[in-house]
Amino acid sequence: MSKVFNQGRDNRVSALESINLEIDSGEFVSLLGPSGCGKSTLLRLIGDLTSPSTGAVLVNGKSAAQARRGREYGMVFQQATLYDWRTVSRNVQLPLEIMGHSREQREARTQEMLKLVQLESFGRHYPWQLSGGMQQRVAIARALAFQPSILLMDEPFGALDEMTRERMQMELLRIWEQTKNTVVFVTHSIPEAVFLSSRVVVMSARPGRIAGIINIDVPQPRNFETREHPRFFEKITEVRECLRQGETNTHKGPPS
Amino acid sequence: MTVAQTVELGLDENQRDAQWRLALRRAASFLLILLLLCGVWEGYKALGQATRGKVPFTSLKLPIRPDDKSMPHLWTIGGSLLQPARRGGEDILLVILLKAALFTWREAVMGFVGGSVIGFLLGAIFGRFLLFERSLMPYIVASQTVPLLAIAPMIVIWGGRLNWPAWWSVSIISAYLTFFPVTINTLRGLRSPNLTAVELMRSYAASEMQILLKLRLPAALPYIFTALKVSATASVIGAIVGELPSGIQDGLGRVLLTFSYYYISGPEKLYASIVGAAALGILFAVIVALAERWIVPEGRRLSE
Repeated sequence: MSKVFNQGRDNRVSALESINLEIDSGEFVSLLGPSGCGKSTLLRLIGDLTSPSTGAVLVNGKSAAQARRGREYGMVFQQATLYDWRTVSRNVQLPLEIMGHSREQREARTQEMLKLVQLESFGRHYPWQLSGGMQQRVAIARALAFQPSILLMDEPFGALDEMTRERMQMELLRIWEQTKNTVVFVTHSIPEAVFLSSRVVVMSARPGRIAGIINIDVPQPRNFETREHPRFFEKITEVRECLRQGETNTHKGPPS
Repeated sequence: MTVAQTVELGLDENQRDAQWRLALRRAASFLLILLLLCGVWEGYKALGQATRGKVPFTSLKLPIRPDDKSMPHLWTIGGSLLQPARRGGEDILLVILLKAALFTWREAVMGFVGGSVIGFLLGAIFGRFLLFERSLMPYIVASQTVPLLAIAPMIVIWGGRLNWPAWWSVSIISAYLTFFPVTINTLRGLRSPNLTAVELMRSYAASEMQILLKLRLPAALPYIFTALKVSATASVIGAIVGELPSGIQDGLGRVLLTFSYYYISGPEKLYASIVGAAALGILFAVIVALAERWIVPEGRRLSE
């Protein structure tokens, strides 16, 4: 699969080249790489928010467009993107409203979701009354409210401070263990990718391609001690090596 | 107050408290400014009379004569409200002004409502179809550069040919002045959601209509209300100007015209009428602002 922006024009940019990736159901996969490596573009291709120039995305044998129309994707972006005229619980209800669920269903489901992200008592607050981490938890609750099978996360913790970030990572793993979703997680933080994922897809830039795929066999379930586990450090080193090799290969290539 | 306390108390109580304090502070600052303006008026008069109309310590003339003809005392203006407007007339000026204001307001409200609806629809159409915006927007802009005074008589004449009640034409003139800010701000507001907010909707496979109703329209409301507040005052001006060529006798336009004819014999009456016309415009804008408070949640209002 490949993606070219501004195809056929002078300012064409080859964002992704010869991408070949298979993700198993229930897997937690991170897309890791420097800015401009096309990791977000790849996520948007999977979510059918943009379409590939060549090749195709298949989700359980269906096209990405079919999967999107079948409401199989829950999206979480770097910005929480809560609608600030809606209260927290009405934000979580938004996808359910669009999908035509009844009021009782919506309210029950919203309660359940807010409980999952531990914000039960904040349903009637407005987004601007919450901290950045809380807002992002609401965004996760909203993404999971309609029980999509795949969770697509585009640097969801990128705007948070380090402490909040680590707490949110634990939270996300706890949620993932409960919901058994397939998660595709874009990040440019090596420890974040290693801590969360069952596999890390390392990408390199110009043109964006996959430099390597690394299995993270750090014992599950991950918890506070994981960050001090020797295997965790080994994997971080392995990912870093892979990133550096990706870079060197780029520099050997023709000037872009 | 710490964040934790705010959360525990529940925001309702705190917010209501803060709102009251804010309202009080606003009322106080409004009165203060009003007093200040009155002080400037009377101070200028007193100073000017002491220096016989000259800028102190110079031989330069003051721009406005400080005598009672050019600048009646504020109590003369106020007092004129309670006296019959004409010798032997029945109604005191206040009653005449109130009646005229009510009449003009009806025209302005019709113009405001009509203009806002048209303005909103144009904005919504432009927001959806770029082609319409590109091709029609220049004319919309041009429509506002044509002086109202040139158009008003034409609308009155056309209305006359169609046998409309005269005040309809006035409302149309008022609408003409009203729709433009609403169109511009509706367009801006509908386009205000960022790409991510729209992509979120796409990821739910939401229809165009759902995106409009659940995202673009609520996002546009603060922008639209900002325009409506401008339009509310503009609609009153439109109605007053529109009354002049239409020969309507019952509105503020005629009252202002009459008292400006008889300025020499009673300047305070013209001043009182001007204050009345301004008050009508302000009152209308305040009503729209109150509607906004009711409809748009607090954290989202643009102009506060």
